[in-house]
Amino acid sequence: MTTLPLLDGTPSVVTTGVALFSDALRSQGVDVTEVAWAPPPAGTSAALARVLADARREEANRLAAERMLAASAHLVDVRPAGEALDLAPGQFLHAGPPVTWERASGPMRGALIGAVLFEGLASTPDEAEQLLASGSLSWEPCHHRGAVGPMAGVVSPSMWVFELTDPADGRTSWCSLNEGLGKVLRYGAYSEDVITRLRWMSAVLGPALQAGVRRARDRGVELDMLAIIAQMVQMGDEGHNRNRAGTLMLLRDLLPDVIESGVEPARLAEVVRFVGGNDHFFLNLVMPACKLVTSAAAGIPGSSVVTVMARNGTDFGIQTAGTGDTWFTGPAQTPEGMYLGDYGPEDANPDIGDSAITETAGIGGFAMAAAPAIVRFIGGEVGDALTATRLMYQVTTTENQRFGVPILDFRGTPTGIDVTKVVESGVLPQINTGMAGRVAGTGQVGAGLVTPPMECFEGAIAALADAAPPLG
Amino acid sequence: MTATTGVHHVETRRGRYVDSVSLMQVSATVATVEGVDKAQVAMGTELNLDVLAGMGFDVPEGTGPNDMVVAIAARDDDAVAAALAAVEAAVDAIGTSTGAGGFGGEPEARTTGWAVQRTQAALAVISVPGEHAFAEALGALEQGASVLLFSDNVPVEQEVRLKDLAAERGLLVMGPDCGTAVVGGVGLGFANVLRRGPVGIAAASGTGAQQFTSLLHTAGVGVSHCLGLGGRDLSEAVGGRSARAALAALDADEGTEVIVVVSKPPHPEVARDLREHAATLSKPVHLVLLGPGQPTITAGVEGVLTALGADVPTWPTWGVPAEAPAVTGHLRGLFAGGTLCDESMLIAEETLGDIRSNIPLRPELALPGDLRHDGHLMIDFGDDTLTQGRPHPMIDPGLRLARLAEEAADPFAGVVLLDVVLGHGAHADPAAELAPAVAAARRTAGEGGRELAVVVSLCGTDADPQGLAAQAEALASAGAAVFSSNADATRYAVALVSGATR
Repeated sequence: MTTLPLLDGTPSVVTTGVALFSDALRSQGVDVTEVAWAPPPAGTSAALARVLADARREEANRLAAERMLAASAHLVDVRPAGEALDLAPGQFLHAGPPVTWERASGPMRGALIGAVLFEGLASTPDEAEQLLASGSLSWEPCHHRGAVGPMAGVVSPSMWVFELTDPADGRTSWCSLNEGLGKVLRYGAYSEDVITRLRWMSAVLGPALQAGVRRARDRGVELDMLAIIAQMVQMGDEGHNRNRAGTLMLLRDLLPDVIESGVEPARLAEVVRFVGGNDHFFLNLVMPACKLVTSAAAGIPGSSVVTVMARNGTDFGIQTAGTGDTWFTGPAQTPEGMYLGDYGPEDANPDIGDSAITETAGIGGFAMAAAPAIVRFIGGEVGDALTATRLMYQVTTTENQRFGVPILDFRGTPTGIDVTKVVESGVLPQINTGMAGRVAGTGQVGAGLVTPPMECFEGAIAALADAAPPLG
Repeated sequence: MTATTGVHHVETRRGRYVDSVSLMQVSATVATVEGVDKAQVAMGTELNLDVLAGMGFDVPEGTGPNDMVVAIAARDDDAVAAALAAVEAAVDAIGTSTGAGGFGGEPEARTTGWAVQRTQAALAVISVPGEHAFAEALGALEQGASVLLFSDNVPVEQEVRLKDLAAERGLLVMGPDCGTAVVGGVGLGFANVLRRGPVGIAAASGTGAQQFTSLLHTAGVGVSHCLGLGGRDLSEAVGGRSARAALAALDADEGTEVIVVVSKPPHPEVARDLREHAATLSKPVHLVLLGPGQPTITAGVEGVLTALGADVPTWPTWGVPAEAPAVTGHLRGLFAGGTLCDESMLIAEETLGDIRSNIPLRPELALPGDLRHDGHLMIDFGDDTLTQGRPHPMIDPGLRLARLAEEAADPFAGVVLLDVVLGHGAHADPAAELAPAVAAARRTAGEGGRELAVVVSLCGTDADPQGLAAQAEALASAGAAVFSSNADATRYAVALVSGATR
C-alpha cells in the first residue's frame, strides 16, 4: 500500500486565494506560505487550462529545455550579408516582426534610409525615403533567415555579418558587426559619418576579422562564443546592456590569428582600436549565439517555451516552440531608464531590436544579478538586480548551469520562458535595452528596462490552446 | 530675469573613474539643481564626447576615456558653484550605501506551483475564483503537493483531469468546492477542533463531515484524518475518483482503524462501485450516504461507536422545554450547511411530505426565484447562487437573519429550524447575533398572537474556539431549543409542526 505523504506529521501548507485559510492555519501553528496571486489577464483562463492540460506539454517543454541547454555556438566565418544570407540588391533585413513603411517607427525608417544610402541606391536621404515609400524595395525580419540584428537591426547586402554554427547539427545564425554607440545606423542615424563608418567596416573591419576567423578555423581552433558568454557573466556582464568583458575576451581569443593572417599594421591598429573602444562589440556575437540556443527548441509540438522575442520599434513579437514561425504581437512599450545628455522620455522611441534574444536565451535582463554595475538602470540597488533575476525563475522552465551567477552561489540563469507561466503569474519577462531616438536620424538617447506587452502572450496562449486537444 | 546664454563650465578630472551608469545618475541629479540648464558628468569616451558636443559644450582637446568630464550650463556663477557642489556630493555618495537593502530578497511566489516547488509543501489550499483554479491546482500537483480546492464553479472536465493526474502521482485532490478537512490534527477551512483518534473520514460534504466528527468527539472518540472529496465526487461524471484515493490513503495510514465515507445523496452506480471497492480494503469501511430510507449522519456515528465498542451517549440538548409548545403553521428551515439541509429534508418529508427548497430532493419541489412558498420549505443559504458576491452564511449571518425576521411576521410559519456551525473559519461568535434575532422573532410572532418555535441544530465541539456550551446557552436563553444532533433537531421540529397540523 502506498502512503500519502500529506498524512505524515503536521503538513506544511501553501495557500492561494482568500486569507481565511492562511489565518486559520497560522492560528494553529502551521507553517504557511501565501502565494501573491493575481488573476491572469481577462479572457485567458480557458486557453490557459487547455494548454496546461495538454498531455504533451511537460515532455515537450522538458525537451525544449534540454535542447537549449545542449546548444553550441562557434564563430566560423565573417562575410558579406549578400553572400551569407542570400540577400540580393534592394533587399534588406530588419529587427522584430514584419513591418510596413507606413507603420515603421522613426529609427527603423532612419536605419533603412541609411542602408539605402550605404548601398548607393539613392544619393540623398529624401531620395532614399521616396524609394523606400515607393514599394520597389523589400525587407523582412532577420529572424526569417535565422539572423538577428540589434536595435533597428537593418542588414543590407554589402554589410558584413558574423556567421555562427552549432557543430552538432549544423544550424547557423548570423548578425551584423557592431558599429559602436551614439549616432549609429542601428539607432536610426544616417548622417555622412554613419555611412562612412559603415564603409570602413565593410572595407577594413570585416575582411580583417574574416582573415582572423578563417585562420583560427583552419588551424582547428574552436571560437566558442558560449564559453566567452559563460565567462563574461562571471565578470559583470549580462550580455545585453553590458558586454565589456566579452568584448575584451573576444579580442584576446581572436587577435593573434588576425595578426598572423597578415593584416597590414596600420589597418590592424584601426581594427583593434575600434573593437576595443566599443564595449558593445561583443553584443553582436552574444545575439547570434543566443539565437542558436533558442532556435534549438523551435518546432516542438505542444511546447509553450518562447523561442523568439523581437521588436521593430512599433510591434513587439514573440514566437514559441509549439507554434512554428507564427508571430504573436502587441504594441512595443517605451523603456524606462537613464538618458544621455539632455534627452528625456519624450525623445525615446518604443522598444526596438532583436537583442531580446538574449533574455529569450536566459541572459540579459534575466542575468541582471550578474551585472550589479548596471543595476541603476532599474533605478535601484544591487539587491534589486538579484531580486529581478530571481523573479524570472518563476516564468522559466529550466536553469542554465553553463551561465552560473556568482552572487547567487553560481546558480544557473533562468532559461526558457514558458508562456503558461507568464500568463498564470502575470510576471512579464524583464528586458534590458538601449533606447533609440523617436525621430529618424537621432541615434541613441539612453538605456533602460522594458517588458513585452501581455498581448503577445495572450495571442500565444490562444494559439497553443487551438493546437492542444480539447479537455474532456 | 533677462534672457542670457548663461555660464558654461567644463572641466576635466584625471584619475577618477566612475562607471557610466552611476554618472548618468549623477548628471540627472545635478540637472535638477536650481539655476542649472544642462548638466553632463561623464567619462570622456568617444560617445560621451559626441553627446557633450551635441549639448553645446566645448571639451578640451585630448580628453580621453579615462577622464571624467564635468560640464554644466547654468544661469550664473552661483548656480555653477551649486551644481559643482552637487556633483561632489553625488560622486562621493557613490559606493557609500550601507547595503542595508541587503542583497535582495526572494520575490514572493506568484503561482501555487512555484510556492510548492520552493517549500516542498505537502498541501496547497486553493481558493481563487473557479475559472482560475485549474491552473493553480495543476501547478501544485505537478510539483508534488496534494490539493484542497475550496473554489467552486470549476468545470467538471477540469475536476476529472486534476483527479486523474493526482491518481498518477499518488496525490489527493480534495474538492472542488471543498471547505472542510482535518489533516494530521490541523483543521483546514471550516473545521471543528477534534481529539485525535482511530476514525478516518472521507467526506463529499462539508457540513456532513463537521456533523459527523463533532458527534464523534462529543462521544469521546477521535479522528485520524478527515479528508474532503468535493461535493461532486460521487456524481456520475467524476465517479468517486477522490473517494478511491482517500480510501487508499486512509487504508494505508497507521493511525486509522476504521474508515467512514460521508456523502450527500450519491449517484446510485457510483455508490454501488464504492461499496464494492470498500469491501476490498484491509480496514472496515462504514458508508454514510444520505438518501431516502438511508441512515442519518447521527445514526452513522452511532454505528461506528458501536463497532468500536464505545458507548452511544444521549446527544446533548439545551433549552428543550419539558412540554412541547403548541404551534400552528409550517416548518421553515434556514440552513448554512447544504448537507444538513439535505438530511433535514429527508427526515422531514417522511412525516410532512413535500418540502420546497432551493436545493430540492426532487426537481418539482424547487422554490421559485424569490424563495417564497406558503408550505414547508428549507433554504440552503450556502448554495452557490446565494453566496455570489457575499461571504458564506457560516461567516456572515445577514441573509439568514433577515429571513428569520420575515418568518416571524409570516402567519404560515410555525417552526423555524436553523443550523449553527462552529469551529475554525466560522463566525467568531454566531450566538451574539443570532440569539437576539431569535428573541426578537419570537417576540414579533407573540405580538401577532402566534407561537413561533425556534429549533437550532448546533454543530460543534467543546474544544472549538467559540465554546460549544456558551453558544448553546446563549441561544437557549433566547428561547431556542438547541440540539447537537441535526437529525434530533429535525425530528423535534417535525413533531412540533405535525402536532400543529394534526
